Amino acid sequence: MSRHVLSLLVEDKPGLLTRVAGLFARRAFNIESLAVGASEVEGLSRITVVVQVEGLALEQITKQLNKLINVIKIVELEPEMAVQRDHFLVKVKTDATNRSQVLEAVDLFRGRVIDVVSDSLIIEITGEASKCQAFVKVLEPFGIKELVQSGVLAMGRGSKSMSEKISK
Amino acid sequence: MPNEVLTGAQAIVRSLELLGIDTIFGLPGGAILPTYDPLMDSKKIRHILVRHEQGAGHAAEGYASASGKLGVCIATSGPGATNLVTAIADAHMDSVPMLVITGQVPSTHIGTDAFQEADIVGITMPITKHSFLVTKAEDIPGVIAAAVQIATTGRPGPVLVDVAKDAQNQKAEFIWPPKIDLPGFKPTTKAHGKQIAAAADLILSSSKPVLYIGGGSIRAGAHKELLKIAELTGAPAVTTLMARGALPDTHPQNLGMPGMHGTVPAVTALQKSDLLITLGARFDDRVTGDAKSFAKGAKVIHIDIDPAEIGKIRHADVPIVGDLKEVLQELNAELEAKTKGKKPDLKEWWVFIDGLKKRYPLGYDWPEDGMLSPQYVIERIGELSGPEAIFAAGVGQHQMWSAQFIKYERPNSWLNSGGAGTMGYSVPAAMGAKVAQPERLVWAIDGDGCFQMTNQELATCTINDIPIKVAIINNSSLGMVRQWQSLFYNGRYSNTDLHTGQDSVMIPDFLKLADAYGCLGIRVTKKEEVDAAIKLAMETNDRPVVIDFVVGKDAMVWPMVPAGLSNDEVQFAKDAAPVWDGQE
Repeated sequence: MSRHVLSLLVEDKPGLLTRVAGLFARRAFNIESLAVGASEVEGLSRITVVVQVEGLALEQITKQLNKLINVIKIVELEPEMAVQRDHFLVKVKTDATNRSQVLEAVDLFRGRVIDVVSDSLIIEITGEASKCQAFVKVLEPFGIKELVQSGVLAMGRGSKSMSEKISK
Repeated sequence: MPNEVLTGAQAIVRSLELLGIDTIFGLPGGAILPTYDPLMDSKKIRHILVRHEQGAGHAAEGYASASGKLGVCIATSGPGATNLVTAIADAHMDSVPMLVITGQVPSTHIGTDAFQEADIVGITMPITKHSFLVTKAEDIPGVIAAAVQIATTGRPGPVLVDVAKDAQNQKAEFIWPPKIDLPGFKPTTKAHGKQIAAAADLILSSSKPVLYIGGGSIRAGAHKELLKIAELTGAPAVTTLMARGALPDTHPQNLGMPGMHGTVPAVTALQKSDLLITLGARFDDRVTGDAKSFAKGAKVIHIDIDPAEIGKIRHADVPIVGDLKEVLQELNAELEAKTKGKKPDLKEWWVFIDGLKKRYPLGYDWPEDGMLSPQYVIERIGELSGPEAIFAAGVGQHQMWSAQFIKYERPNSWLNSGGAGTMGYSVPAAMGAKVAQPERLVWAIDGDGCFQMTNQELATCTINDIPIKVAIINNSSLGMVRQWQSLFYNGRYSNTDLHTGQDSVMIPDFLKLADAYGCLGIRVTKKEEVDAAIKLAMETNDRPVVIDFVVGKDAMVWPMVPAGLSNDEVQFAKDAAPVWDGQE
């Protein structure tokens, strides 16, 4: 099993996400992470899917996804040819005695505090999944009250764009 | 001139007319009522009112499979739409071009659990090629045109258009032709030249090639090209359950059907082959048996319109994505140029295969209980009806015998539910076929189990002057299930006795049922009555005919490869496997 990042350019149509997610479910493919949002072209969305599969199964996933009428293009983003970012929001327990320790960790990991109350902080952190996870580990001893992740976002390096040559 | 303003309902009917649709099978209800009103006035579209929506779905399939054209069915929301689900799944598995139109509750009510509301787009997502929910009248022409394009191009399949009731009632400008915008739908039809050359080289270097012909060849209309490649290569050919008739059965290279109930020569030729020339086939488990041990020594050329079929089950050494008809034209030209009229030398291969054909021909024994032989009945129907007829089977033993013992000479003459295995397919599919090809003799060869699932469409046939012939192969049981119980469950017949035939209460009495539906009913229990009954059925065209062939229940389908086993384990009769003489 190996990890693969797929980037999909899709038409923004009702039910699109159900079609993509349903395909994974009924063909018994596992999704590790899924992120969806608008793209640079009006009417088109970009989906980033991370899957754990073997070689042949990846080919099947790609081919089956390509058969969905609303899927325009699929590329596999090789780790060295693409940037990958995760975005985490973490709500962590703090009080006067340990707040400075937490803030130090936030600084080290280049996170940002975006909400403060007397007994907790919300911190946002962006980066490769491994960095975000390491940050969460550091915060664990203080008590994590909530964790929200965006799922992996990925983009190919260089000046090329996935929507090039798409007549829209 | 300004564009005409139509209601959404009128736009549906007008769009279908402009797309050349001449027949629709359906049944009205609340949410589709607006569309049924203008449908009544259409001079171009014949609407056939079925008795159950499943019948409309299978009729549309039969219409499509017999003619190669698009089949269309229509139903209301909720249960009307869900009754179509089996037929949609069936069309999806067998790549039947079908347009399904369903009414939906008004868009203002969607999501409120309104009366007769069902999320049919959601329900059918895994079993349609694509689907649309329309909530605005102005979208209707574009969606219908796009749906037809998707259903009929590339790998064909069912497309569902769900139209909210308010969209049918609203008015909008009718713009034709509409702009079809499908940036994600561009089927590849033409092959890479390099792949064609590679395929030709592999074929010419093979000493044991087999043409493995699947149902895609019929959908592609590639039968002339198949004849040509058979002639150029001299290779033995097998025609799968979905491809019966793609290459004539009288063709000397045709070994018949492969797979679980395939002929010993067809199963064994594939097993021992060194090259599978795979033409619109998908390595279905009913063909391969245990896939890991299937044709282990063979390289594979795989030609298919659907890239996802290539490499799904079996690695392809030469993968070719394209329309089979176009690809074969190119491949044949390449082969012609390379062979210069000289056929590859396959003498040894044919010595082996001819030996198999001689030793293991298809056959059957007359039942020991003295009852009528089901295989004999089916064989006689085929022989007396001839190759111009159409045969639609249900699912089970009678389906396998119909695939084995009727000789098919042309594509689209054999209709059946191959992938889904839908009991009840036969009667409505035969009805659809007869509507598509009224000049042809159309048989529904059905089992007593299958027939009881959809025989209500006999009413539709009688009332609409669709004189199909139904042959019930009545063994008083769910025969194929019973066969497995005989073979694998120590003859414990759990819930397979249907009490319709020999020595039973005969409920229902198929003669009375035929009579109730205004059909001619005939019962046959003896061999000497068979021909006369078939001939009477063929001569009777003022109403449908139902023949109740009361046959023995112990007849079994042979040859057989038990499910999940290797095709090396093929048995041509109970506990009788072919003996290999060391040559292999």
